[in-house]
Amino acid sequence: MLSGVSLALRPAELTAVVGPNGAGKSTMLSIAAGLRTNYLGSCKYNGREIRSWSRRELARSIAFVPQSLRLDFPFRTEEIVMMGRTPHGEGWFETPEDLAAVERAMLETDTTAFRGRDFRSLSGGERQRVVLASALAQQPRALLLDEPTTFLDLKHQIDMYRLLRDQARAGMLVIAVTHDLNLAAAYADRIIAIDHGRIAADGSPRDVITQANLLAVFGVDAKLQNVDGRSWIAYD
Amino acid sequence: MISRPAPRFWVAISVSAVVLLLTAIITPLIGSSHIDYGRALAGASPDHEILFYARLPRVLLALLAGGGLSATGVLFQALLRDPLAEPYTLGISSGASFGAVLALCLGLTSFGAIPAIPFASTLGAGVVLVIVLVLAYEGRRISSFTLLLAGVTINSISLALILFLHNLATFQQSFAITRWMMGGLDAVDYSTLVWLAAVIVPTCLAVSWRARDWNLLAVGEEWAATRGVAASRLTVIGYVAGSLMTGFSTALTGPIGFVGLIVPHALRLWLGADHRTLLPCSILLGAAFLAICDGVSRTVLAPTEIPVGVITALIGGPCFIGLLRSKRRSLWL
Repeated sequence: MLSGVSLALRPAELTAVVGPNGAGKSTMLSIAAGLRTNYLGSCKYNGREIRSWSRRELARSIAFVPQSLRLDFPFRTEEIVMMGRTPHGEGWFETPEDLAAVERAMLETDTTAFRGRDFRSLSGGERQRVVLASALAQQPRALLLDEPTTFLDLKHQIDMYRLLRDQARAGMLVIAVTHDLNLAAAYADRIIAIDHGRIAADGSPRDVITQANLLAVFGVDAKLQNVDGRSWIAYD
Repeated sequence: MISRPAPRFWVAISVSAVVLLLTAIITPLIGSSHIDYGRALAGASPDHEILFYARLPRVLLALLAGGGLSATGVLFQALLRDPLAEPYTLGISSGASFGAVLALCLGLTSFGAIPAIPFASTLGAGVVLVIVLVLAYEGRRISSFTLLLAGVTINSISLALILFLHNLATFQQSFAITRWMMGGLDAVDYSTLVWLAAVIVPTCLAVSWRARDWNLLAVGEEWAATRGVAASRLTVIGYVAGSLMTGFSTALTGPIGFVGLIVPHALRLWLGADHRTLLPCSILLGAAFLAICDGVSRTVLAPTEIPVGVITALIGGPCFIGLLRSKRRSLWL
């Protein structure tokens, strides 16, 4: 669990949250997503306490991307993306604006090709892009992702982080919990390392990914190597 | 282009409504003695009596119970994210049966304005639902395996309790219990039908109204919550609605299984998973399905009748096994 964590997140930044298992990364994310309301202390979005937002209001501003999505029913891919429009409409059917937002989100994530397919027939990488499309269709101001690349192969991991970085560049607040330090270092603007429910380090990738921090937070003795001006972690 | 859900919805709803209407017109004509509408409506005997006192109330009962059970199946499947969930497989129907039999044995007829048997069976359905859910929740997720095992176990416990009560009962009560337990539809009076309709119709309308939110809940609780759905409130609404509909229809028809499994399953194959079409079409076609099964049960061994529960189980059992196999392929069970 978390204690003594105090931080401010800014829009137009891709923030990666790293740390060992059980450090409290996902807890932090689920508090910010409004999924845990029994927290002590304070967590505010736009100056207002998260737990005082209604689900609907919050969902118009903050979108959450789970680690993976497993379905028991034959929803079509475009139906999954359309679910992102739920907080924006009261009606029985989607409005033309809803459909336009869905189309745009599917274009951005390159998922248009399988819009009519059963979501369950997609590969892991395709599914994760569809889930991201659904979050983008929400047109949020903040995007929270819980280990979005866990089930993806290398190419799709990189594609995912490029997409997230582009979203951040376009003004979105993006927070991704991740275990992949090299990807975080390569794409994030800011890295927050959490250990035992506390912030162990917070800053630019250059400041956070250091030999000392790797040892202190992860208990791993690794070397940093410089390739093309960027540090990469080399494990023994 | 993204395909719009609206055209698909209108086609599916219209087809379902036409099927329901045709069923409602044709099934009263089915039975061991031949009648025709012209003579019945002109008041000619015995067609008039057969239609209005035997066939029509029975068809209406089948329509209401079928719609209610089918809707309950859709709701439970969405809530538990399990296409095998249904009042019968979860043991809810048998809980309702026990409640009803208990009321029969105690000779209860009404609590104030509420008829006792539907009340007792709704209570039984609710209690079993809570037990099954408590058993099946492992941490924050529901185990499909435990859910079905709990259902099976509760079915046998309820059956044992019913047999126990049966042995304590007087001859007359015991006759009533036996007839009722066979899951048959019998002619009921119109005032009872009004009661049933007053529960089933508004409940179906109320849950269908939220169809868009049911889509998200069918994906997952977190998924729904982070997309603006009041997931816990909708969950409670779903369980209460399901218990009410199962309780009231079981009280009048006895335990009828698998309607809530077959109809939604077939419709998902035809229409996909969007609850905006799935839920209303399941209600309309679930109603038609039970009325047709009842028509069959009246005619295959005419003039003897087989209980309609036998027909639905003979269709539903294999359907259940098929679903179980396809589910096992896709995940752990």
